[in-house]
Amino acid sequence: MFIPHTQDETEAMLEAIGVKKLADLFTDVPEKYRFPKLDLPEALTEMEVLAELKEYAGANESVDDLVCFLGAGAYNHYVPAAIDSLLRRSEFYTAYTPYQPEISQGTLQSIFEFQSLIANLTGMEVANASHYDGATATAEAGVMAYHNFRGKRSKILLSEAINPQYKEVLCTYMCGYENIHIESGSSKQDPFTAPDSLIPQIDGDTALVLVQYPDFFGRVYDLTALAIKAHEQGALLGVIANPTALGLFKAPGEFGTDIVVGEGQPLGIPLSFGGPYLGFFATRKEFARKISGRLVGETEDGQGRKGYVLTLTAREQHIRREKATSNICTNQGLMSLAATIYLSLLGKHGFRQVASLCYQKAHYAAGKLGKLKGYKLVSSTPFFHEFVLQCPRPVSEINAMLLDQGFLGGYDLSKDFPTLKNQMLLAVTEMNNKDQIDALVETLAEVHND
Amino acid sequence: MTEPTIYELSSTGRVGVEYPLPDVPLTDFPVELLREDLPLPELSEVDVVRHFTHLSSLNYCIDTGLYPLGSCTMKYNPKINEETARLPGFAHTHPLQPAETVQVNLALMFELQEFLKEISGFAGVCLEPAAGAQGEMVGVMIIRAYHRSRGDSKRVKMLIPDSAHGTNPASSAMSGFEVVPVPSDASGNVDLAALKAICDDTVAGLMLTNPNTLGLFDENVLEVIKTVHAAGGLVYGDGANLNALLGIARPGDLGFDLMHFNLHKTFSTPHGGGGPGSGPVGVTKKLIDFLPTPVVAVIEEGSEELPPLYGFTTPKQTIGRVKSFYGQFGMIVRAFTYIRMQGPDGLKKVSQYAVLNANYLLSRLQGAYVLPYKRRCMHEFVLEGCWADAPEVHAMDVAKRLMDYKFHPPTNYFPLIVHEALMIEPTETESMQTLDLFADAMLKIAEEAHTHPELLKSAPHDTPISRLDEVKAAKDLVLCCWIPEDN
Repeated sequence: MFIPHTQDETEAMLEAIGVKKLADLFTDVPEKYRFPKLDLPEALTEMEVLAELKEYAGANESVDDLVCFLGAGAYNHYVPAAIDSLLRRSEFYTAYTPYQPEISQGTLQSIFEFQSLIANLTGMEVANASHYDGATATAEAGVMAYHNFRGKRSKILLSEAINPQYKEVLCTYMCGYENIHIESGSSKQDPFTAPDSLIPQIDGDTALVLVQYPDFFGRVYDLTALAIKAHEQGALLGVIANPTALGLFKAPGEFGTDIVVGEGQPLGIPLSFGGPYLGFFATRKEFARKISGRLVGETEDGQGRKGYVLTLTAREQHIRREKATSNICTNQGLMSLAATIYLSLLGKHGFRQVASLCYQKAHYAAGKLGKLKGYKLVSSTPFFHEFVLQCPRPVSEINAMLLDQGFLGGYDLSKDFPTLKNQMLLAVTEMNNKDQIDALVETLAEVHND
Repeated sequence: MTEPTIYELSSTGRVGVEYPLPDVPLTDFPVELLREDLPLPELSEVDVVRHFTHLSSLNYCIDTGLYPLGSCTMKYNPKINEETARLPGFAHTHPLQPAETVQVNLALMFELQEFLKEISGFAGVCLEPAAGAQGEMVGVMIIRAYHRSRGDSKRVKMLIPDSAHGTNPASSAMSGFEVVPVPSDASGNVDLAALKAICDDTVAGLMLTNPNTLGLFDENVLEVIKTVHAAGGLVYGDGANLNALLGIARPGDLGFDLMHFNLHKTFSTPHGGGGPGSGPVGVTKKLIDFLPTPVVAVIEEGSEELPPLYGFTTPKQTIGRVKSFYGQFGMIVRAFTYIRMQGPDGLKKVSQYAVLNANYLLSRLQGAYVLPYKRRCMHEFVLEGCWADAPEVHAMDVAKRLMDYKFHPPTNYFPLIVHEALMIEPTETESMQTLDLFADAMLKIAEEAHTHPELLKSAPHDTPISRLDEVKAAKDLVLCCWIPEDN
């Protein structure tokens, strides 16, 4: 299988080393604990393991079996076939981090292109090579803001309308920094407050103001005033962006944003039960030396040929150790390649088309659902492809009935926001056709009548 | 050979993917919120496929040949892993689906937690951390949470041997600890006398890589752990080098309190040119309540007719959530596939042959290269890439010259305690013939270092591009490209 040695070769090698048997190689291991018996299932052949896992996987209900109206941080988009075909080139997926640029130009140039695409999409000047996911990229924005003020500003001001998981991860990361605290928008009872309501809370102690765009409830706001007020106090504005929305809506950079982070899963990465996904991180050039994670820069070789290298490595853990800007090492290389291929394939036209389809279908669905007896659209603000629906019964009950009818219903907001009883967050993408939306409307009407 | 960027290849009006026209009545867009320009390139599918195929041909990878990067465990990545992770029942499940529709995902995660517990000797495992460095950070956070839960807030120091990976001190600093280096002794072990002198009631823990980055199993590991425990500290194991220990020794048995695993090293998930990794964390019983959230558990025991019901749970004193959802699920499926195909005997064989290969290679290279710590190694070893009688040659030159011989170089300049280090980890998946070819190349290079040093200094000669100007890259800082103005 994966160990090629024959008995003869093993013996020849042992002899060259000067030991009699394999066990003799392990005399440094305390004898008492040497060679424990592992209670694991016996080995399967490839044929058997594939059969077993096919059977396992077949017992799940996937978005191929169910009509998906669920988003809340992970989105069901079409992944063009060319992406996986290219990702499966072992020159990409079986290479290590490109420490040796002469034999890693493929990886390095594709990261450089990823940085370029993300910078262009977000309207920022620089982007890094990736973070683990949108949540950790958000946390790294907090870490960067902390370092930017050398720990002298102690407040991170958070909108209540950001993905609750991102907030949790940010809190976990920041608890290592004793003198920083996270303050939520003051109107805790109403998570639907607009981002500008944060303005009175921005002060000279604020390092970072963080909002989501579109926010967790799908709503799109102009952030110009917020950026101006943050900058008046010398604070940074961080925006967590959904990349698909940026195919249509203003780039956060246009508002004067300082840091744009987000989840790159919508860019050609399968749902895969939550991972591996892709965190992106973009900022202004003046912060390039404060970014965490890897950066690829353009340069040339001795003969003047253009090439790419990992650059500003002096920020990183393998050089700076405890003084590094982050501990990040392995990140999401192959996932950033998927996003690079996705954005290249869709390009200017296709990407805008996907964003428009999401917008149109979501608005059609919202329009119909909002008119249903017993249901109500919660917000009238412009939204992208997610919206909140007030339901006549607890969302968990409705979702159970929808599941019986073959639908994956929306996200139950009461799980994270106790005040949002009976409120469901629905996502509609280009994958949902009119018939499916109409069927959802019909089913929800029946649910009410039951 | 240089490949134009995706922006340089752009041609106005080209389309790579067509989508269906809207099948619903149209709604107006909020014009004041729309962007005017979308600066993405325009290419056909053929353009894109050729571009990335060209780029791929500029890479060296495991499927090309030996990739002996020390501490990276670049073993062969079985192809079947790529099939199982892509099964639609796994790859097309939404992370927020009702648990009853994805019981198999949960069962598989539960099983992998159990496998990793058995392999490591720990009582609890959480699969959430996204990579080794995040697993480490989680470990450090657990150490802090543990001490604080006991009202012990004076433990501010994290001890880290001078041979440790850079992520260890970086993770400690991110979690608010003061990093205290611990020297190594003349045999490459932790200097016990120095450790004893540092250990007091301000020590939160020790981050120990064993075998260490010299590839040496610490001969005093039990004493080292006992010393830290006696001072009230915890011992964290860096699992980067676990490929030496499968079925050989269990860190939990040795007395480690917690450890991270690298599924992308030890358990064959591909490295992807820089991720995704996956860094589950294992802990002893007293630390289970501090694990990150969520952990998969059996919610209702099964019966003869019904399988158990699995669900996500939050440990009582959890350090919190460290990423969205539940870990790098696709990597979890791959690692599960690998462990199922190895079984207990196969895993032991992995480590036996990883250690055999390293020692064989060492036997062929020592003499021609300086071996700073003259001991039998585990799965990797470190040589000096320099010679007193060839003063102009450095480890970097040896590394670059190896490329001309069609090998990926070893890790260089790490660990920091070895002068001009070349850190070599062949892994178990390389045959004796491959190792011999590599050894022949290394020996030839050692000879060239003395007879034709300029060959090393100017290497590589036979790669798509030669040595790049890293100073220029950092000075000019060109980090992005744009659509050319005249396009």
